[in-house]
Amino acid sequence: MNKKYYGKLIFELSRPGRQGYYLSKNGCDDALDSLPANLLRENAPELPEVDEPSVVRHYNNMSDNNFGVDTGFYPLGSCTMKYNPKINEEMASLPAFSILHPFQPSATVQGALEAYYELQKMLSEIGGMAEFTLNPYAGAHGELTGLMVIRAYHESRGDLKRTKVIVPDSAHGTNPASAAVAGLKVVEVKSLADGTVDVEALRALLDDTVAAVMMTNPNTVGIFEHNIPEIAEIVHECGALLYYDGANLNPLLGVARPGDMGFDVMHINLHKTFSTPHGGGGPGAGPVGVRAGLEKFLPNPRVVRRQPGGGDALFELDFGTEKGPNALGRISAWLGNFAVELKALAYILSLGADGLKMAGPLATLNANYVKECLRDLYLLPIDRVCKHEFVFDGLADKSTGVTTLNVAKRLLDYGFHAPTIYFPLLFHESLMIEPTETESKETLDEFIGVMREIAREAAEDPETVKAAPLETPIRKPDDTAAALNPVVTYAEL
Amino acid sequence: MSKTYYSPTHEYITVDGNVGYIGISDYAQHALGNVVYVDMPEEGDEIEAGEDFGAVESVKAASDLIAPVSGEVLEANEKLADNPRLINEDAMANWIIKVELSDLSQLDSLMDEEAYKAHCEAEK
Repeated sequence: MNKKYYGKLIFELSRPGRQGYYLSKNGCDDALDSLPANLLRENAPELPEVDEPSVVRHYNNMSDNNFGVDTGFYPLGSCTMKYNPKINEEMASLPAFSILHPFQPSATVQGALEAYYELQKMLSEIGGMAEFTLNPYAGAHGELTGLMVIRAYHESRGDLKRTKVIVPDSAHGTNPASAAVAGLKVVEVKSLADGTVDVEALRALLDDTVAAVMMTNPNTVGIFEHNIPEIAEIVHECGALLYYDGANLNPLLGVARPGDMGFDVMHINLHKTFSTPHGGGGPGAGPVGVRAGLEKFLPNPRVVRRQPGGGDALFELDFGTEKGPNALGRISAWLGNFAVELKALAYILSLGADGLKMAGPLATLNANYVKECLRDLYLLPIDRVCKHEFVFDGLADKSTGVTTLNVAKRLLDYGFHAPTIYFPLLFHESLMIEPTETESKETLDEFIGVMREIAREAAEDPETVKAAPLETPIRKPDDTAAALNPVVTYAEL
Repeated sequence: MSKTYYSPTHEYITVDGNVGYIGISDYAQHALGNVVYVDMPEEGDEIEAGEDFGAVESVKAASDLIAPVSGEVLEANEKLADNPRLINEDAMANWIIKVELSDLSQLDSLMDEEAYKAHCEAEK
């Protein structure tokens, strides 16, 4: 991590009249005269006026402030920060994809539609579902779409009293949020001490007012919900549908399929499991799959394949006319984040079936390796073989007063991104670690060494750990003040 | 003569007659960390024992407020809208809502201070 902080804004570099390029007179200057006055702007746009070298240096210096999977280890639990192979970017940048216009006639974009169609099929195979829509823009958007599908299903049967969604207390915050946005009431079901859903508590909540039960499997503490066949059975018995939150699909890749476990609707976070970039490098994508019988409730457009008169296959956009009036219609402006979908397709094709089957087991191996190497110094509240991630409840030795926040900040000094902290809410000092399958043993050993060193510091020199970070360009930002009085525009600064 | 009761989900209610002041305990404010927002019901809203009536958001988490009793909201503490950090300064003095209890017998299922202390100890 660099120690210097480049904190300028591009507007601060602006000088009146400065330009990167000087365009020659091209004879089009009077073109503006022919436009009606109400279409012309009165004032020039307030864009920064900067020369090219300053622009290039500005953005390079900005990116040097950044920390990402391309700069270092990023064990952010529940986020699956795996390395994003550059071939994905290369494929999505091919001009045959990147210069397309969404309104081009289908006949001129057959290759792009075929790629889209293939991904719909591959995700269906991977998830054990009948059909997938690639339209949703992100995981939470996928959840919302999935719940709208579930609502549409119940409404199509005239079953209008199903207004509740059951969500485990360990669920990601997006689950209750999506349910609320979909107009459904959230009911929480408790977890057992081992982190799995309490089947008896769930049974007591199930009745004819329940629309769906949302589950993440493996769950938020990285434990596989081994009772899932029984859960699927009792959920279906009461007439509700079982929703699979794909946030933690990574360890199951090529090993187990939500469709086979009895899930009816699922979403996949392509930006997690399928190695497309997260956050600032995003955007994300949250495709939604459904089991047979629910296809007609998926949103449109989708890509369909036809074979007219035995000739070449023809790929077309289906806007739902054939699927009947039940379809949700549009949930995104067009086909979703097409470039992200191409990156996921490139990832699947470059790993192949055999490679994909190794991703889950290796992610599981890496997580268990880190867990076992640290459990003597950090408190392990759930002592079981985990899947892709696990949760410590802070340092084992609580007498030093060093908190999870201190440990996380100290990790920054050593050049690592911090794990997820204070989530899940099941423990007071949650420290959630997800190494992913893309890290080498050397990187894991280095991280383990640093975590052990921090535990030693906490015992021998707790004040240093409490004062961390000491080495970062910005030390301790006041998050409370930032949340209370956010300054989000240049003018406010 | 007022008396304070606690719920297992860390809300307190200080009752005088059939009027109660509901907030979160000192233990809860400490566990949550710096509070940045309090989502409160409005005057006249009904709250139901065991159901959520709002939420407290901190830099760490957003946590539902669970009503310890049923009743009608007489007042929401507007001071918290401008300065949610008051909860961290003194959680017991800065109540969140003032309610008129509809069923005083619901207080029997809550904990007194001593029982609540033991409850927090067990959670640590």
